[in-house]
Amino acid sequence: MGEQRHGDPGKPGAVERAGDDSGNFAIEDPGLPPHRPRITDEDPRAAKRAERQVSFLFILSIIGTIVFFVGYFGVGQLPLDETDMGIIRLQNTLLGLGTAFAMLGIGVGIVQWGRALMPDHEWVEERESVANEEDRSDAVNMINDIADESQIKRRPLLRNTLIGALAIAPLPAVAMFRDLDNTGNQSEDPAQNFGVERMRHTMWDTGTRLVRDVTGTPIKAEDVTIGSALHVVPDGLLDMEHDKLNQKAKAVVLLMRLNPEQMQISDGREDWHVDGIVAYSKICTHVGCPIALYEQHTHHLLCPCHQSTYDLTQECKVVFGPASHPLPQLPITVDNDGYLVAQSDFQEPVGPVYWERDPRPAEERGA
Amino acid sequence: MKALSQNRRHPMVGVALLLLGLLLTGGLYSLASNINSASAYSQADYTSADNISDGETLFNANCASCHGIGATGGPAGPSLVGVGAASVDFQVGTGRMPLQMTGPQGQEKQNQFNEEQTMQMAAYVHSLGAGPSIPEDEYLDADHADVNLARGGELFRVNCAMCHSASAGGGALTRGKYAPTLHGVEEEHIYEAMVTGPQNMPVFSDSNLTPEDKRDVIAYLKEFETQGYPGGASLGSLGPVAEGLFVWTGGLALLIGFMVWMTTRSS
Repeated sequence: MGEQRHGDPGKPGAVERAGDDSGNFAIEDPGLPPHRPRITDEDPRAAKRAERQVSFLFILSIIGTIVFFVGYFGVGQLPLDETDMGIIRLQNTLLGLGTAFAMLGIGVGIVQWGRALMPDHEWVEERESVANEEDRSDAVNMINDIADESQIKRRPLLRNTLIGALAIAPLPAVAMFRDLDNTGNQSEDPAQNFGVERMRHTMWDTGTRLVRDVTGTPIKAEDVTIGSALHVVPDGLLDMEHDKLNQKAKAVVLLMRLNPEQMQISDGREDWHVDGIVAYSKICTHVGCPIALYEQHTHHLLCPCHQSTYDLTQECKVVFGPASHPLPQLPITVDNDGYLVAQSDFQEPVGPVYWERDPRPAEERGA
Repeated sequence: MKALSQNRRHPMVGVALLLLGLLLTGGLYSLASNINSASAYSQADYTSADNISDGETLFNANCASCHGIGATGGPAGPSLVGVGAASVDFQVGTGRMPLQMTGPQGQEKQNQFNEEQTMQMAAYVHSLGAGPSIPEDEYLDADHADVNLARGGELFRVNCAMCHSASAGGGALTRGKYAPTLHGVEEEHIYEAMVTGPQNMPVFSDSNLTPEDKRDVIAYLKEFETQGYPGGASLGSLGPVAEGLFVWTGGLALLIGFMVWMTTRSS
């Protein structure tokens, strides 16, 4: 460092041209434009004005900070049951404006200080040569110094314990990823499983009643008219004490009724519906958003996150968007009391793809 | 025209203009108040024989070109047998029908018919086949003693929010269709939309959401409208898309402005 050549702010065009090979250029190097003094360089009154501008901006920043505290302590500190939105809105406005002016005042002020008052003469900084023998030997010396001063060669105990610590530190990550392996950690109670096994099963089981979300009432087949969309959870989920949300996230189902003539049913699924009433997982197979944007005339199900679109008449095949495979269908039937029940759990895991999932359709898997 | 320009300084011109102005204002007012007096009519017995025959006349003049004589459906419109009076009141009462133009979705616009005419057509369509009828006032009363706002909110979030957005501001669907905003929609029309499933909206029949459930949802939406926007401008309540667009255009323009200012020389 220390190589910069300073132009003389007093003399226009006083900055030297870089390098010594100016004669070799086909086009003559135009150099830097001539230095032009600013109004604040020549007129002390303008300089004074710029000074006042900058200090005004700093004072604006101070006022902004005060406004913030007025908003925070003066207006706000509402009890939680306070419902006067006008006050909350005023507080939000004061907090936002106060912070904005506190920051902007300082930033704009400093820039204006630099633009108008600080010296503005141009300077050229020469590039240093790339491969410097001196630097190289400096670096080698530095490493040798570190080895010497840390005494890593003389004190093998330090060295070995450090190596041990470094070797063990990544093991928690290995353990965490091991949890995703499904071999040997299945349990009788599906809720106790973890890893992939947890994703594989939901609360649905043979004879589990379909009940409406929120109200928890069971559903008769005639309740589901053509064009309806019912948001459904397994019976018993709404009464769960713990793990309710995890179970709900896997088991939610959308129940709709189609004209059976419109449905294209693949082999093996002929009895999965009840007179055109079909139940599909509500979890998008892309990244797991809940899908429930049902268009009753186009029979499209749309995911609001990334616009994956499923066609209900084609067993929820993906017709648009990034999702890679159809929504899993829940096989349903009617129990002795006339209520809709599940025939079994989903026949494939719900939700996004993971690596142990075969993405091919059922007939190609040979399942 | 010549007579008009010759007589424009006549002493009676002022009076004539005043009369004309009063007539216009009065006529527009009576029209506007007619349009705004929805639901005042709802539980009057609209299914009288007179209403049915008047409704048939109106229907044949205004709707039959698409829906066919006898409302049995035509090349451009579906059969209306069995859609019920609620469907007519919703579609015509919100101005969606008659359609302004064909497109992905019929759009809300200024009503073409007043409340009485709408009810006459509703009576006619009702007479063709049973369907959802005009909701009873009891189930439209957001201030009813049995209203449970929290439950209404939960029902709204589970059944409605995915399309109409959590703030009820509406949202996009596929191929140009959209779920409209629910802000400022009349109670009666919200109820009728749920029970009939207009256009691509699913049906939420009474066996899915009971009339009491629907009342809770309506009460929640009306309560929502009174809550204001603590964050400042609602930007159409469209959520992160509108907010992101606002920040991108407004915020980036501001940043570019600052950058240009910082890199210019001071004069």
